[in-house]
Amino acid sequence: MTDLNLTPNVTQKASKPQWLVSTQNLVLFLLKNPTSAYGLFVLALLIILAIIGPLLATHDPYIQDLRNALQAPSAEHYFGTDELGRDIYSRLLYGTRISLTIIGIVSVVVGPIGLTIGTVAGYLGGKVDTVLMRITDIFLSFPSLILSLAFVAALGPSLYNAIIAISLTAWPPIARLARAETLTFRQTDYIAAARLQGASSFRIIWRSIVPMCLPSVIIRLTLNMAVVILTAAGLGFLGLGAQPPLPEWGAMIATGRRYMIDSWWVVTFPGIAIFCVSLGFNLLGDGLRDALDPKQLNRR
Amino acid sequence: MKPVSIDKLRIQLGSAVILPDVSFEVNGGECFGLIGESGSGKSTVLRCMSLLFNSWSGDIRIDGTSVREMSAFERCRTFQMVFQDPYGSLHPRHSVRTTLSEPLKIHKLDNHQQRMESALTDVGLPVDFLDRYPHQLSGGQRQRVAIARALILEPDILLLDEPTSALDVSVQAEILNLLVRLREEKGFTYLIVSHDLAVVDHMCDRFAVMQGGKIVEILPREAIPDNQAAMPYAKELIAASLKYERTVE
Repeated sequence: MTDLNLTPNVTQKASKPQWLVSTQNLVLFLLKNPTSAYGLFVLALLIILAIIGPLLATHDPYIQDLRNALQAPSAEHYFGTDELGRDIYSRLLYGTRISLTIIGIVSVVVGPIGLTIGTVAGYLGGKVDTVLMRITDIFLSFPSLILSLAFVAALGPSLYNAIIAISLTAWPPIARLARAETLTFRQTDYIAAARLQGASSFRIIWRSIVPMCLPSVIIRLTLNMAVVILTAAGLGFLGLGAQPPLPEWGAMIATGRRYMIDSWWVVTFPGIAIFCVSLGFNLLGDGLRDALDPKQLNRR
Repeated sequence: MKPVSIDKLRIQLGSAVILPDVSFEVNGGECFGLIGESGSGKSTVLRCMSLLFNSWSGDIRIDGTSVREMSAFERCRTFQMVFQDPYGSLHPRHSVRTTLSEPLKIHKLDNHQQRMESALTDVGLPVDFLDRYPHQLSGGQRQRVAIARALILEPDILLLDEPTSALDVSVQAEILNLLVRLREEKGFTYLIVSHDLAVVDHMCDRFAVMQGGKIVEILPREAIPDNQAAMPYAKELIAASLKYERTVE
């Protein structure tokens, strides 16, 4: 028996479920690095504000008060008021819910679709691979903003149509990534061993390949979130996303554009919010890439 | 105790002939070795037999039944394979428990806990290793887990693809002794691929020397010490190996 690498903490690790331990280690790893800690902080802040935002809001985000239109930031209105006298601070707080909804739905839709198409194409190969990858290529051959514009134009402008349009354009890179990862795993001995045990293709994909692809897909999704927020803001700006009076950040910038010269606060604060959140997701994605790097697996 | 017979196994991809013609018989309960230089097609024979590689012609029969005619489940219960590299043959994100319980779930067998424990005991690992992950095991322990995974479906034949070449010498001896003991206890038929004549000498009753996809000669173990090989290549290979061993000693 070779007990050379027995580490003393193995027994106490076994008492907790493995996923809890790895999540804990992951968060600790992210917190060590200031940039990824910022990303994690932004994500946490976004979730907290979306939940308790209405308690912090000083005004109703929809009530118009034309006598107080375009007020500069003051103690009464922290971030000033917009052209209809609505409190920008309160609207930003309510806007976090919309941003989080977009991010949430897009990730939930795009992740599984991309992962399924990529792993199935990569593992089965042959004709299935050709068909699935050509479909992916077709989606990839359009710039994503233009393609989502086309989808929204066809579906009609609204927040949920914008989400659908963004989802439709965001899955192909994930599928590509999952396929490339799958191709590196399908020839390994542990997949051969699973085949020799009589595992079906579905079982091999689900139990052996998906867990291996998941880290890079999660990293990619997180990095994608920045793009998704910007695309949503872009669609909102063009009037094809969230419709007034919804306090979507992109739409707020769009309507504030006309007053930009005299009243800088109308576009500045939503702009800062978009910037902070998309930067946060980028940094979080970078941090996750370092943390989930397979070479560092042994440390967890 | 199922015999294996390989008859005119041939692989041709386009105009390239990978294996021209391989035929040999393995008796039930025998340990048969395949030895040869790198690229001589030793491992390919095992991959063909297990249908991991499928584009071959010829006939591979186990106890009279062709492997192609067996159902997938029957094939899994008849033979299992142990791979060369224990660092690559265990799924890095599956615990030992998952690794061992997957085949039981696929084949809908009962008494999971009991079967897993007895497989681990058979390969000389403590039962609490079930909740470990591959990165928490040493190379030798990983190879034991890989053997346990092969044993858990209770096959008749084990295909061993250089089971010790990725391990260092002392661990090699442990694994080889484990394999010898398992064969004595359970009466497996072994088909072992190796490039190490010492391993073949230790394990096998008979062995085949391969070169360039062909079987040069089939010899009994007793032929090794005084090099009774008739064919020049086999003679040279054994002589070189014996000479190397003498230098090392």
